[in-house]
Order: sequence, then structure tokens, then C-alpha cells
Amino acid sequence: MDLAHSPADDAFRAEARAWLRAHVPPGPLPSLETAEGFAAHRAWEAELAADGWSAVSWPTRYGGRDCGLMRWLVFEEEYYAAGAPGRVNQNGVSLLAPTLLDHGTEEQRARVLPAMATGEVVWAQAWSEPEAGSDLAALRARAVRVDGGWRLSGSKTWSSRAAFADRAFGLFRTDPDTEKPHQGLSYVMFDLRAPGVTVRPIGRLDGKPAFAELFLDEVFVPDEDMIGEPGRGWRIAMSTAANERGLTLRSPGRFLAAADRLHALWLERGSPPAGAARVADALIGARAYQLFTYAAASRFLAGERLGPESSLNKVFWSEYDIALHETALDLLGEEGEAADTGWAEGYVFSLAGPIYAGTNEIQRDIVAEQLLGLPRGRRR
Amino acid sequence: MRFLLDTEQRAFAQSLDAMLGAAGTPAVVRDWSRGEQARGRALWSRIAEAGVFALAVPEAYEGVGPRPVELAVAFVELGRHAVPGPLVETVAAAALLLDPGPAERFLPALASGAEMVTLAREGSYAVDGDAATLRLALTPDGLRLAPGHGPVHASLDPARRLTRLLPGGELLTPDPPAERALLWARLATAAQALGVGLALLERTVAYVGQRVQFGVPVGSFQAVKHRLADAKIALEFARPLVLGAAVTMSPADVAAAKVSACEAAYTTARAALQLHGAIGYTAEYDLSLWLTKARALRTAWGSADACRTEVLRGHG
Repeated sequence: MDLAHSPADDAFRAEARAWLRAHVPPGPLPSLETAEGFAAHRAWEAELAADGWSAVSWPTRYGGRDCGLMRWLVFEEEYYAAGAPGRVNQNGVSLLAPTLLDHGTEEQRARVLPAMATGEVVWAQAWSEPEAGSDLAALRARAVRVDGGWRLSGSKTWSSRAAFADRAFGLFRTDPDTEKPHQGLSYVMFDLRAPGVTVRPIGRLDGKPAFAELFLDEVFVPDEDMIGEPGRGWRIAMSTAANERGLTLRSPGRFLAAADRLHALWLERGSPPAGAARVADALIGARAYQLFTYAAASRFLAGERLGPESSLNKVFWSEYDIALHETALDLLGEEGEAADTGWAEGYVFSLAGPIYAGTNEIQRDIVAEQLLGLPRGRRR
Repeated sequence: MRFLLDTEQRAFAQSLDAMLGAAGTPAVVRDWSRGEQARGRALWSRIAEAGVFALAVPEAYEGVGPRPVELAVAFVELGRHAVPGPLVETVAAAALLLDPGPAERFLPALASGAEMVTLAREGSYAVDGDAATLRLALTPDGLRLAPGHGPVHASLDPARRLTRLLPGGELLTPDPPAERALLWARLATAAQALGVGLALLERTVAYVGQRVQFGVPVGSFQAVKHRLADAKIALEFARPLVLGAAVTMSPADVAAAKVSACEAAYTTARAALQLHGAIGYTAEYDLSLWLTKARALRTAWGSADACRTEVLRGHG
């Protein structure tokens, strides 16, 4: 058991650090959830991609460095420590890409991944519907077979980044007559600018259009935009959901850097004793999350499959993220109310954590039933 | 980087678990709490034979250590089985007896289990001073061999018998490595607390799975599940901190592990008591052995606040 990275990993870290030092924009970019900020973040993706840093864990033929899980963790630590911008293509990189790598065709991977890596095509997630949030099996939007493809109809909502994104991916009902609602769902990619698509941006708490409602009226998608076989979408999506909650959505690097910034803020404010315990807990939490992730990565690399334990992560990081930002806002006092601090934007973003990617209530049910073995029961 | 226990370490934990499970520790704890030490001493010898104390003792003094990772693994098991006695203090003493003279004199017997050591800082209680064969006092002028102990005070955890050491006694060394001993004491306490929390969770999960109310197992209620899920999350994030601290042995990492493991164990204790209901509130039911220990360990060898201060101090 050890915590020392290999010399090769250390060399990779040094290379990433040097590149980031030379390229990270000096000040923060405008908010990702505005048109101007979206464009600036897209340009940043192109800059990352030009030197192969936008998706380091992908195979090199798609624009990655094929560098493995441990180096991805190292890269993320360096990325956030350098104060680099948030990733506009996170939905694509952390959700769609792993799905394509596992379940897509070579044609799909070659077509979708390189353009994702450069930010040329930014992806939105279109899973939730008005009647189907955590209960994805209640999805109603449908895909009907037509010559050469499918026609999508229905609506999707809470679609992150869809206000400014180019394309989306989601689950559609291809067979309404199955016995179990999980069956008959299919995983489809579609163009947000295709005829029949209406995007209605939704302002989140601070008014910024961070997500959108999508109305789909007979939208044609060709066969090559369905991932996996029709009717298998649920299983494909579940393998992606484990990814989302687990290793790839929130890397420890992000929280280690945020805890460092919080600690620096506390020092700047004169180390007020009232904040000491909460700042210490933020440092402890970031370290715990880092070490937990190292343990999970070590088990993964040793050949173990990671399953429902990803629900432990999801609850931990989402609550941690809120506590950290609340502490920062309290330290800032009245200044914290001013929405132009990075802390305020981060706070608003953090509030969504326990709601998306499967609510924390769902995650706690998974922990209790699948990890502790408690009996299934009514959700009450 | 391979942050995983190896096969040998896991086998060590399993063999300790099997031995302690067979030892029937609840009865040993109850004897110990009454001041009857025969079974506790017998168990102590078996723990020593399994090599636990030797992990804290350098090879030069008939130990196999220092091996903090294996020690943490062992203390998780000791906590899981609520083993009584000055376990942490004995390990901390091994870290304190660095000078060749005292080390040669005491460490071989400590490693073999022949010595049961308690240790008190200035102004603090010595746990199990009545049972210990060696009583060490950290005083302003150095480390002393205390000549005896005062009356036994009750602890919130009946298995921890609190005593004051008598003043005076032989001066072993004027400049003992007190910080080093504190580090080892905190690591062992953190690991023990993690074990206590794991046992509380395991017992409570079993209980709510079979206790029926309103015609269904209590464990099928979402309110119950979520409380236990939170306990599980707290413990599972404390575990890598404990093992990571054992790898680095940095004061900030060890302090972080202590806060995290003790808070997780205490959160679990509160959930365990609530979900057992009145039966959990009784002394006769075995759950009490872990409940009271979770509370006591929370402040042993550094409160949460003291440990948080150490975390802040260590952050560059």
C-alpha cells in the first residue's frame, strides 16, 4: 500500500503543470452559463485540444493521450490547482464519451469524439422529462422507426447547457408495449438545430440559462445516431450513470483546489476563529475524497468492477461542495452576496448537486439496499 | 501508486477478526469494567502473540516495526470487537521510549505483551492505571515511571478505568518525543474508532433488518435507511483517511483521520441508539459497549477542535 506516484506519472504531472502555467487565462472567464462565456469556454477547449489536453484519458486517435485513470486524476489535480476554467463539454466528456467508448461503433467514435475534444461540438444532456426525473423508467418521449432512421417526438427538460449547446443525447421510448418500463428505451444522439427542435432556455436560481426545455416535433435522426441496439438504452444509460456518480464527474482535484482557495480566503480575512472548524473540515473533506478516489482507482486498476459504491461518492461530494461554498460566503460576509465573486457562482452551481445525477435520496436508497443489504420498501 | 491493502495485510485483519470473534469479547469487557482482569489479560496475551504490539516496536527491541499501516489495520479490528485495556497507550508508549536505555529495558516486554502500559500527559487521566504493569507520566521535567495510581474514576465508557498517576518516580528521560507519541496515539485511536463505528453499523443493520413494526422490517423505511446510509458514507470516507495517515504519518493527516473517524463513529453511535430504540439504551444489551466507547474516543488524545487546529497548522 502506498501513495507515491510512479516516476512516469510524476513526469506527466510536471508536463501538465508546465503547459497549464503557460496557457491558463490570467483571469476568470465570463460565466459558462452566458452566451459570451460559453463562447470563451469553447475557445479554451480548442486551446486545450490543440496540445492534446482536453480529454487525456481517451485513445490518442480521438484526440486524447491514452494516459489511464491514475494520470487522469493527476491531470485534474494540476488542472484545478492552476485555476483553469470550468469545462464546457463536461456532459459530453464525462457521460457521452464513456458510453460511446463502451457501446458505440467505431464510426460513431471517430465522428463524435474528436469534435467533442476540440469543443467544436458541445453536448447537452437530455434525460429528464417533466414526468420523469429520478424515475427514468417513466420516460415518455418517443422515437418512431422511419426509413433510414427514427423520428423523435415529445419533450425533455432540465437539459444542462442546452441553451447554447450544439447537440444532445438522451433516452427515447422505441417500444411502448414492453412489460417492464425499463425495456423499450433507446439511446439517441440528436442535433439541437435540426428541424422540429425548439429550445426554451430556463433560468436557474440566479437567472442564468444554465439549462433548457426541449420540444421535439417529428425530429429525424439517422440510424447512425442511435447508440447500441434499440431497446437497450436503459442498460447503456445505467453504465453511464455509474460513471457520472463515480469517478469521472467530480474529480478530487476540483475539491482539493477549492479547499485551498477557501483556506487562503480564511487567512486573508484574518483567520477568524469562528470559521476555523469549517475550513478545517473542508480541508479534511477534500483529502478524504482524494484518498477515497485513489482507493477506488486502485481497485479498478486491479481489475475490480466499481458498482453501487459510486453512490457514496455522489452524496459525499455534492454535500461537501455546498458546505464549502457556504463557508466561503459566510467568511465573505456581506461581500459574499455580490454575485460577481467566483464563490457566488460556485455556490449556485453547488446547490444543484444533490438534485441532479440521481437525487441524493435515490443514492441513499442505493447505499442502504445495495451496500448495506437493507430490505427494499416503499419510498416513503 | 497503489492505495490498496495487500493480501498479507488483509489476511492479518481476517485472522485477528476470527481470533477476537472467538474470544467472546463482550464478556471480557464486562469483567474488565468491574475490575476483574483475568480474562482481559489472557486476551491481551493473545493479541500480543498475534503480533499487534510488536508492530509498534523496532526490530532492535524484538519488535517488527514500526509499521503504522499494519497497526492501523489491527486497531480497526480491536475497535470492531470492543477490546478493553490500554491498547492505544501501550502503542503510544512504544513511540515514546526512543532512548536506548529505556527502550532496551521496556520495549521487548511491551512487544511480547508482558507489559501493559498506561500513559498520562500532565493533568490528564491514565486509562486503566489499575491494570497497567507500567505507568508512564509525561511531566514538565520529562518522562517518569509513576510509582502508582490513585482511585479509579468511572468513565462514560465503563471499560475505560480512569486513574490519576501518583507524582514522583524514576526519571526515564528528560526529553521524551511527546509529539511522536501523540501521533501514534491519535492514529491508533482513529483506527479503533473506525472499528467501533463499523461494528455499530453492522449490528444496527442486522437489527433493523429483523425488527418488525407496522408489519414490515424497520429497515424498509426510508427514514431508517437514509440515516444508516449517512453513517456508511461517513465511515467509508474516514477509512481512507486512516490508512492514508498511516502511510504518510504527517501530523495533519493523522489529525484529519482522528477527527473524521471519531466523528463518523459518533454519528453512527447516535444512529445506532436511535434505531435500536429502548433496548439500545440498556447496559445489559451488548450495543452499549460500542456506544460508550464511540463517545469516549471522540475526545481521547485530542478533541475534534484540537485536531482541526493541527490540520490548519499543517496546511501550507
